[in-house]
Amino acid sequence: MEALIALIVGVLTACGVYLALRGRTFPLVLGLTLLSYAVNLFLFVTGRLTVALPAVISEEAAGYADPLPQALVLTAIVISFGMTAFLIMLALKARAELGTDHVDGQRGGSGPR
Amino acid sequence: MNLLFVVLIPFMGAGLAAWMAGFGRLQSAWMAGGVTLTALLVLLPAAAPSFIGETVIQRVPWMPRLGLDLVFRLDGLGLLFVLMILGIGLLIILYARYYLAERDSMGRFYGYLLLFMGSMLGVVLSENLILLLMFWEMTSLSSFLLISYWQHREDARIGARMALTITGLGGLALLGGFVLLGEIAGSYDLSVILASGAAIRAHPLYPPMLVLILVGAFTKSAQFPFHFWLPHAMAAPTPVSAYLHSATLVKAGVFLLARLFPALSGTTEWSVLVIGTGLTTLLVGAYFALFKHDLKGLLAYSTISHLGLITLLFGIGTPLAAVAGIFHIINHATFKASLFMAAGIIDHECGTRDMRRINGLWQFMPYTGTLAMVAAAAMAGVPLFNGFLSKEMFFGETVTFSASHTWEWLLPTAVVIGGILAVAYSLRFIHDVFFNGDPVDLPKTPHEPPRWMKVPVEVLVAACLLVGMLPAYTVAPLLDMAAEGVLQAAPPDYDLAIWHGVNAAVLMSIAALIGGALVYAGRRPLFALAAQLEGRLDAKAVYDWVLKHVLASADGVTRGLDSGSLQRMMLVLVLAALTLGTAGFLSAGAPLTGDRALLPVDPVSVLVAVALGVVAVWTVILHRRRLTALIVMGALGLLISLIFVKFSAPDLALTQLSVEVVTVVLLLLALYFLPQHTPTESDRPRRIRDIAAATLAGVGAAALTWAVLTREYDSIADFFLANSVPGGGGGNVVNVILVDFRGFDTLGEISVLALAGLGVYAMLKDLRLPGPTWDVRDRPWNWDMHPTIMAALTRLLLPLTLVVSVFIFLRGHNLPGGGFIAGLITAVALIMQYLANGVEWTHERMKANLHPVIGLGLLIGLLTGLASLVLGYPFLTSTFTHVHWPIIGDFELASAIAFDLGVYLVVVGATLLILVHLGLMHDASHVDAAATQRPRSG
Repeated sequence: MEALIALIVGVLTACGVYLALRGRTFPLVLGLTLLSYAVNLFLFVTGRLTVALPAVISEEAAGYADPLPQALVLTAIVISFGMTAFLIMLALKARAELGTDHVDGQRGGSGPR
Repeated sequence: MNLLFVVLIPFMGAGLAAWMAGFGRLQSAWMAGGVTLTALLVLLPAAAPSFIGETVIQRVPWMPRLGLDLVFRLDGLGLLFVLMILGIGLLIILYARYYLAERDSMGRFYGYLLLFMGSMLGVVLSENLILLLMFWEMTSLSSFLLISYWQHREDARIGARMALTITGLGGLALLGGFVLLGEIAGSYDLSVILASGAAIRAHPLYPPMLVLILVGAFTKSAQFPFHFWLPHAMAAPTPVSAYLHSATLVKAGVFLLARLFPALSGTTEWSVLVIGTGLTTLLVGAYFALFKHDLKGLLAYSTISHLGLITLLFGIGTPLAAVAGIFHIINHATFKASLFMAAGIIDHECGTRDMRRINGLWQFMPYTGTLAMVAAAAMAGVPLFNGFLSKEMFFGETVTFSASHTWEWLLPTAVVIGGILAVAYSLRFIHDVFFNGDPVDLPKTPHEPPRWMKVPVEVLVAACLLVGMLPAYTVAPLLDMAAEGVLQAAPPDYDLAIWHGVNAAVLMSIAALIGGALVYAGRRPLFALAAQLEGRLDAKAVYDWVLKHVLASADGVTRGLDSGSLQRMMLVLVLAALTLGTAGFLSAGAPLTGDRALLPVDPVSVLVAVALGVVAVWTVILHRRRLTALIVMGALGLLISLIFVKFSAPDLALTQLSVEVVTVVLLLLALYFLPQHTPTESDRPRRIRDIAAATLAGVGAAALTWAVLTREYDSIADFFLANSVPGGGGGNVVNVILVDFRGFDTLGEISVLALAGLGVYAMLKDLRLPGPTWDVRDRPWNWDMHPTIMAALTRLLLPLTLVVSVFIFLRGHNLPGGGFIAGLITAVALIMQYLANGVEWTHERMKANLHPVIGLGLLIGLLTGLASLVLGYPFLTSTFTHVHWPIIGDFELASAIAFDLGVYLVVVGATLLILVHLGLMHDASHVDAAATQRPRSG
């Protein structure tokens, strides 16, 4: 199971990095979203894998998953939404001001279709 | 406590004075004067013990764990400086009220002045070195504001920047010196440091520490070779110059020498550095002062020269020399402030400061002339004026000091030359300005200034005379008190009499007076010589050269690193992370796989993993077709929430699910305004390079995850699990961590979210982007109204969804749920209305402005925290109780729920703010497009 998770984190990172290296804003945002999936997943599993033991206190529970990484990742997910939103607005603003959606704001770019 | 208030009052008064300016120009001046007087009154209770030689220390805990308290001390030295800062400050405030022109902003002036005054008071009253340094830096910053007060003038801006650069660099050196000193002494408190002088001087780190502290003191008090910023600071309004030069800024440097005198002085290093610098500064300053044609320039260089004199006295290192140093600080403050004020009056009345044009003013303003003459005589060291007494002590000390050294004639000769130049430039100030023929082409006809503008000058000049003639009855107690504060011991015997009989000091004074008169008489050839040398001896040129090259090299480094291409920087970032990670892994020498027992694999998990991998790769392959790629990516988020479900994280699964919905909606809305296709730009080798880098990054991340997952670890989870119910009153540990144990973090996080929301709003506010009129396959965009079935369904669903979100919110403390998730669900429910019914329709029915919602959420979060502070618990401590409600049963009420409500509101507010405004922009473009396009499509 650990290998599967490692594989998933790896694939998400690779896809995220490739997209982040593209030259247009939209793929860049997609790439960063993929990367944040990978990072959140990684942070989450630093609490190690525990099946069917949620961190909700009850008398019957046999044990609990580590709640700390979960709490960290919960806010991280919300914050990554905030970041994605800010980034995509920046992309829109750049499109409006520079007339292109190239990340460096150059090379002509394509106008509105 | 009152010392803290003495320091704080000017800071608070700064705001008041600036605010009062709204009610009229004079109100601001009255306020500033009132604030200064209040500070003086508040000081009084502590002043009496310091006056008889006790040290008052007052401590207010601030950051006790760092050993940093707001601790202030008042002894003789501190009291002397406080009296000078506030007393002369009061005179400056009165003077400036007449000096400033109608168009100058009074509020800004007095605001800055009081800020500066507060910082200076902090410097002279601090007991802790770090605290002192903070105020020291604040004097640099506030003097920057004062010097650049006339912002429209380029010389003011340049002068202010130069002052800030030099004193700021000195502040850095001082920080280094203070840290060394604190570590050597074992304490940052002055009481300890001043008492352990011998140990400090014997320490091997003493020389570097001394050099750093001296650089700090010398830059501030404009000692050679850092002296050049002071004349350029002349661009400030004259009241500011008068204040900076007499009682404050530059005196902070010599104050530091006096303050640390018992701890640092008496070594060879101290003598060589301090005497050498002081003497050079004394001579260089006096030389330039004589040849300046600018009235204020002459005074500025004379200040440098006098500061050199004071520094030299502290460098000599004997108790008597320190007494003379303090005495000259007092005298210099009085005559220099009055001279600057006189120069300001002359400038004000003549419209120029050029001494080649200002001549013969005696016929226009004899009264001001008399005042200026008294002050200038004190500066020259003429008997019966205060400057004479301290200068004579100075001459005497140099002779005593040199007697025990080889080349005993050298130092006395040099200081007599300095004295000669001082007499010559003082003579020039009087003769050139008030006599020497008639004025040349003055812009205005001068006359005596308003009555009250002269009062501050009169007060100071009277002080010069009284101290000069009756020293034993005027200055003696003050001097005794300050000397005891400096030496931290009873001061030595000294005699303030005007006549001690014929000795070396008197002969030197006479030589200086006669020599000065002769030099001034023979000034014409000297001026010609100086004119030839001008520009060659300019330290500013060196400064400019250094600054230019530092900036150029910084530019070069930036250009070398940053080509302006984000793609390249990204690649560098990825490769750097990879390199560092690999290097770390290889150097650690640990095996990749740890020894933790692994979980068995089940078929469903494999299926999800394969699906995830396929979808991720598919997103990349399809990324040129943006809409498709986005929809595929949406599936990815859902799969990830499945992983959270599988591994016991229901809260995360819920959060991920709802965030995924909002993210996809957001990106869809944004995509409307962006090109629908990504053109192929990178060539094949470049794509292969990127794929290689991405693969390496993926392998690295996978290896890291594997290494982490296969190792055992020590978790602090047990604490949270054990204390969640008894301490936080909630069974859902994740939620209790968020709103209770780590509530402060959460407060920070919702602030970030709020800022992101507001930032997006700010960016979208005036943004106009055309929407597409043709879709990807060149079909005209469809302007159909909103689908009826969906609209009806979402309207029906809304109450249900809201009830669910309330439920999720309320149960969050004990079961999966909470503010974040409930907030997202509410946001999704409302956004569905916008999507299905249109922004306009929804906007009409829900007029709520979203900014207050965000603000309210933050406020609730903050107030919950403050409430526990008020009740005497640490910030954000929570409490809970159980209430029995009819029908519902036992219900738990935790104060953390209020905090969670804050979280909820911020999440709803920020999410909606972002999406609704993007939607509104949509509608705006929609209407334009519809107006032009509809005939074609319909």
